[in-house]
Amino acid sequence: MTPARFSPLQRLFHWVMAACILAMLFIGVGMVSTISTRYLTLVSIHKPLGIAILVLAVLRLFLRFRRGAPPLPADLPEPMKLAAHLSHLALYALMIIMPLLGWAMLSAEGLPVLLSSSLRLPPIAPQQPELYALLRSAHGYLAYAFFAVILLHLGAALYHALVRRDGVFEAMAPVPTRTLTDP
Amino acid sequence: MQPSSTLRSRLGAFSVIAVVLGGTTAAFAYTAGWISPDRLSREKVVAGLSPPEGPAPGHRRNHVKGICFTGTFEANGAGAALSRASLLAVGSYPVIGRFNLATAAISDPDAKPRVRGLSLQILGTDGSEWRTAMITAPFFPVSTPEAFYALQQASASKEPGAMGAFAATHPEIVRLGAWAKSAPWTASYAEERYNSLNAFIFTSTDGQNRAVRWSMQPEAQPVAVSPDQLATRAPDFLEQDIKARVAAGPVRWTMVVTIAGPDDPVADPSKAWPEGRRTVEVGTLTAREVEDEADGPCRDVNYDPTVLPDGMSTSADPFPAARSSAYALSYQRRAAEAAQYPRTTPGARP
Repeated sequence: MTPARFSPLQRLFHWVMAACILAMLFIGVGMVSTISTRYLTLVSIHKPLGIAILVLAVLRLFLRFRRGAPPLPADLPEPMKLAAHLSHLALYALMIIMPLLGWAMLSAEGLPVLLSSSLRLPPIAPQQPELYALLRSAHGYLAYAFFAVILLHLGAALYHALVRRDGVFEAMAPVPTRTLTDP
Repeated sequence: MQPSSTLRSRLGAFSVIAVVLGGTTAAFAYTAGWISPDRLSREKVVAGLSPPEGPAPGHRRNHVKGICFTGTFEANGAGAALSRASLLAVGSYPVIGRFNLATAAISDPDAKPRVRGLSLQILGTDGSEWRTAMITAPFFPVSTPEAFYALQQASASKEPGAMGAFAATHPEIVRLGAWAKSAPWTASYAEERYNSLNAFIFTSTDGQNRAVRWSMQPEAQPVAVSPDQLATRAPDFLEQDIKARVAAGPVRWTMVVTIAGPDDPVADPSKAWPEGRRTVEVGTLTAREVEDEADGPCRDVNYDPTVLPDGMSTSADPFPAARSSAYALSYQRRAAEAAQYPRTTPGARP
């Protein structure tokens, strides 16, 4: 029997990562907007947090393969099912790709990839300006795409919770909100 | 349930969704500065640096004209008492450096810019790294990045009273003006003293923090040459000179670290610290080989002054953060234009 809800560990991962990723996108877009001293503070959070998200995302994908996901409601229209699958694919892909792009981009710029004043990661791309330009653009544009997919995800979650009330939101809710009834 | 109440509850649900999504988007837009046109962005600062003819594609957005060199930094160990940075422990560390002119116009002849610069990337054996971009002025023209932007705006302005109005609200500019008039010009990068201007924090092994600034003191004796005389020389006389000097033998500077007194203005690079502050000679910089920038190893280096080894960090001085942010955009722009600044030797790699 497939459970109606994600496992507690999966839900924990989801909500911790939701907070991290949203914070990450705000930090990213905020840091490139300023020349104030906040710039350095934000950059110094952005790098280790990005690597933390990468590690969490890998663990989470592993969990997802091991434990699976509750099925979507049988009466959910096909286009919505497709949108749900594609948006989740996009979210997982971006969680992995974005930190790697950031890491590779710093490598291509020849900057030391420092997670703290003394913890340094090795470069994962050759030092080359043309490559840097490409990776930097991709990192920026995909960040906006990431934010857009998250908005879509958030909108859909609320739609399931408030309009359809079909148990999809409850499957990932941090705490049980109401008793799930069999469809 | 009545159909009308279903409709109402659905309307309520959709309103909640709209408010949540709209609010999140608005917060994102605010954070990004999209609805704060007054925020001093790096785009504004970099645009403000642009010369009238526009930036030279593929080149740095400021200090655009320069020449690469390689050499070593030989730390004598005296700095180890001030900072636990491994680059200050006795040893010889490779350097990729760049002599440059403080101008954004690539067409400027070497005789024109009043201020010259020296940038260094010092590489430690343990992977640590120290980047610094110094200039010949002993202090900065203004106290804050905001004032620097206002200065750019005023000096680019066609309004006759713009600079006067700027000086009236930023009296610190007078000090740099006086230096520019009185300090001697030289005919060589090798005869200049280069200063960090910004204050940084050195942290010692026992955890003590000290605010410091550093300078490179030339071994060569400066010879004053009048600006009129310099104007008669070749447009790249500084590059020719440093090539010839280094070809003839190593050119050296002593790195001097000045330690701030308790009440010295750490956050304001427009104010020199009083004479007589404790200084420590921490090592010798030796330039051993000069290479044109197009094919040289400094070309693709972003001399971001916040790239510091463990044991050094930024201070209350707001400029390194501003420089780091603006340099990143400059690097991003020129990297995207790299094809327009081709290497002269096919296949040359830094």
